[in-house]
Amino acid sequence: MRLQFCDAMVARSANPRMLFLTGDLGFMALEPLQSAMGQRFINAGVAEQNMISVAAGLSREGFEVWAYSIAPFCYARPFEQIRNDITFHNLPVKLVGNGGGYGYGVMGPTHHAIEDYGVLLCLPNLSVYAPVFDEDLATVVARVGVADRAAYLRLGRGEKPQDYTVPAYAPWRQLTRGGGAVVIAVGPLAGAYIEAFERILPNRRPNLWAIAELPLEKNPLPDELLAQIDSVPTLCVAEEHVRRGGFGSELALFLQERGISKRRFNHLFARTHNYERYGSQTFLRRLSKLDADSMLAVLASA
Amino acid sequence: MRSARKRLLQMHFESGVGHIGGNLSALDAMLIVFHEFLRPQDRFILSKGHSAGALYTALWSTGRLGDEDLRLFHKDNTLLAGHPPAAGIADIPFATGSLGHGLSLAAGTALGIRLKGGDARVICLTSDGEWQEGSTWEALIFASHHMLANLTVLVDHNNLQGFGTTAEVASMSPLWERLKGFEVDLQVIDGHDTDAIRGALARASETTRIVVMRTVKGKGVSFMENRMDSHYLPLSEEQYRAAIAEIEAS
Repeated sequence: MRLQFCDAMVARSANPRMLFLTGDLGFMALEPLQSAMGQRFINAGVAEQNMISVAAGLSREGFEVWAYSIAPFCYARPFEQIRNDITFHNLPVKLVGNGGGYGYGVMGPTHHAIEDYGVLLCLPNLSVYAPVFDEDLATVVARVGVADRAAYLRLGRGEKPQDYTVPAYAPWRQLTRGGGAVVIAVGPLAGAYIEAFERILPNRRPNLWAIAELPLEKNPLPDELLAQIDSVPTLCVAEEHVRRGGFGSELALFLQERGISKRRFNHLFARTHNYERYGSQTFLRRLSKLDADSMLAVLASA
Repeated sequence: MRSARKRLLQMHFESGVGHIGGNLSALDAMLIVFHEFLRPQDRFILSKGHSAGALYTALWSTGRLGDEDLRLFHKDNTLLAGHPPAAGIADIPFATGSLGHGLSLAAGTALGIRLKGGDARVICLTSDGEWQEGSTWEALIFASHHMLANLTVLVDHNNLQGFGTTAEVASMSPLWERLKGFEVDLQVIDGHDTDAIRGALARASETTRIVVMRTVKGKGVSFMENRMDSHYLPLSEEQYRAAIAEIEAS
């Protein structure tokens, strides 16, 4: 998604009030944005704590400020700066974390971001955006750009199946339809299930939904989804994020508060940072039982 | 200055609050900054947020806070928290209190002003112990690299920190020697010499200006000066009376 992100940012960069900070990252990806923005593209160096507070200062002066890094360097290293300097003052700084979830795969656990939106959504005045497909970026960047509160944009790897027509961006989208269970997946992970679900006969095919914006109080479940959840015995949630503090628990609370309880509530999640062996994002998803085969096994046992 | 020092002690005594020593070491400079240096468009960022009392007193002395505000200091339903608040006081742009944030906030503010073509100046007051925070050095690297000439950094160098002297805890002594390697305009002055403070603030500079102010923790109250306990402990009534008498006699 990084290249699509760059394209969308270039298109937006004509706004003279827009500033882009990077923590010394973007080689072979963000050069077009650097060229387009000139002095408004600021390499803040390998100093993420400073970058985030500088972003807060610039935002206070009225600029539209984007701050970019590899995801954990963007939210984990400078967490207190995000909390104190951005969210306590309700400044609409846009944080961009590249490689959400296991996106950096074999690069190792320091580069994984599997607790990012959980910790960030503990903070006030902040929304999370997890685009599902590469095609979402133009709309998502525009939405983040005009957001009146802080934003964390989790960039992943778009996984559109071949010949699949991506539906127009919406914070909630139904990607497959059928007579089976309801499955909700966060961000690009949803795309990884489409092909497998399309191979299932329509009467048993899961209703796959993708959610791209959190928290739920800002992006509640659409009525159609609530009706589907009400009509089937099994609800399955999948996210490339640890169990604690993730979307699964937020959804369970959301439903419970509305008197909706499910006989079966399956939660597929990122198991751990520390495996004995490392590999690609696909490999790590399989270890976490987040891959399509694991999802099908869970649904078959329902 | 005498009346401000008395008012600061009164506020802390009435609220039963400590952190007085580091307020007294910074108060002289803050009064000059607020009364003589800051223009309406300028910004002041208190990075050493535990000196909020001195900031509130300075704002009171310029009429931007009232006696009723100070009376509620540190009490329920107050605007004036123990560290500068995130909202409610126009002259306080950022909540601070966790050390190592203010200089980065100030650098971002200064860069923003410059990008807008504005002539506003930014003053940031740090402590000396705060330079043990890595983020403060990140901010200095950034400010120096970007030649933020509209940024002035004051360092309240009172030699005492939370649980010991700066020399004992993590010595960089003298701090100004560590700062000399950066492309900044560095000055070392007596932080209680008002003419020296005025002169340091007035000096023209083409890059970020750092003024290390050698100060005395608890300045003006002999039994608090250079004492560790003045970092934390509130005044008893007897101590308060004695402190006021000493200031009035000075």
